[in-house]
Amino acid sequence: MSDNNKTGLIARLWQLFSKPAKIATGAVLGMGFIGGILFWGGFNWGMEATNTEAFCSGCHAPIVEEIQSTIHYSNRSGVRAICSDCHVPHQWTDKIVRKVQASKELVMHFIGTIDTPEKFEARRKHLAEREWHRLKENDSLECRNCHDFQFMDFTEQGKRAVTMHSTSLASGDKTCIDCHKGIAHALPDMSGVEGW
Amino acid sequence: MKTLISSMVASLLLVTSWASANAVDNEEFVSNGGLSSLRGQSELNDTKQAEQLKKQVKDDKVIDRNYVHQPPLIPHQIRDYQVDLKSNKCLSCHGWKFAGQIGATKISPTHFETADGLTLSDVAPRRYFCLQCHVPQADAPPLIANDFKAVDALDAANSSR
Repeated sequence: MSDNNKTGLIARLWQLFSKPAKIATGAVLGMGFIGGILFWGGFNWGMEATNTEAFCSGCHAPIVEEIQSTIHYSNRSGVRAICSDCHVPHQWTDKIVRKVQASKELVMHFIGTIDTPEKFEARRKHLAEREWHRLKENDSLECRNCHDFQFMDFTEQGKRAVTMHSTSLASGDKTCIDCHKGIAHALPDMSGVEGW
Repeated sequence: MKTLISSMVASLLLVTSWASANAVDNEEFVSNGGLSSLRGQSELNDTKQAEQLKKQVKDDKVIDRNYVHQPPLIPHQIRDYQVDLKSNKCLSCHGWKFAGQIGATKISPTHFETADGLTLSDVAPRRYFCLQCHVPQADAPPLIANDFKAVDALDAANSSR
């Protein structure tokens, strides 16, 4: 009796798994859907977790400190730009590309390319130039994500700002980073840099 | 036993009298004797409410000078303008290279001279740190009223008369 039952169970299981059940398509789709949500959500959550100030300062603590006295960190309205707002592209594909590039920086971190303040100071200009170049190439995209030229009210700006923004910036001759260098970090030795 | 109790009482009296005498001393020490200063009339051990921070003048016309050789004042905000060995933000507008094109006040040629009277091709090290002489302005009333008047020759208010 018990033997019969056992074979019966195995046979039933065999049948269940060898023949497509009525709900099979639905089950697979449903599992795929839920799995998709979990995977996609988890992936995006991971991406966001590596975009927080706490995560960045884990390694870049000294340079995160530098922004704290600037207008992008302490200001009257309480709007704050954190590392990723300027240093990680907001568009999804560009963001992935940048994140993959960052894996090289992880290697550099672990072999200790820049692991003392002195080494950092020695390379500060090189690092700054890379960021200036990147912002020059993309027409200061990360600035413009918040500071939209179309929305600028010149009547609310200082005289000096209006003079510059209504001429060089309006004509596209210059982009934000051409003048606004060192707005969030200390500047390197500026000898030989255009405009200094 | 009696001596023990009496000595304890005596020492207690001594300690309390010493402590109270000391307290009086302290009070005398912190008294300012009725003087009032820039901080107002307050005792030295009082912590007064701090004044509100003054706002820097953000963007103004060139401010007239009050006496000959007065370093011109800075009529604009200079928050986060880095002036150190690596860079000088002021010179990126006021330096001779850029002043004309930007419309800023040129730094005076005296800034190119060294202590020995040599004229250099760029700002002399002793004149490099702008903020030693040139200062931004805040919208703050004078702490003490005074009747200082600018030299006649420089006073724009007088010249129009």
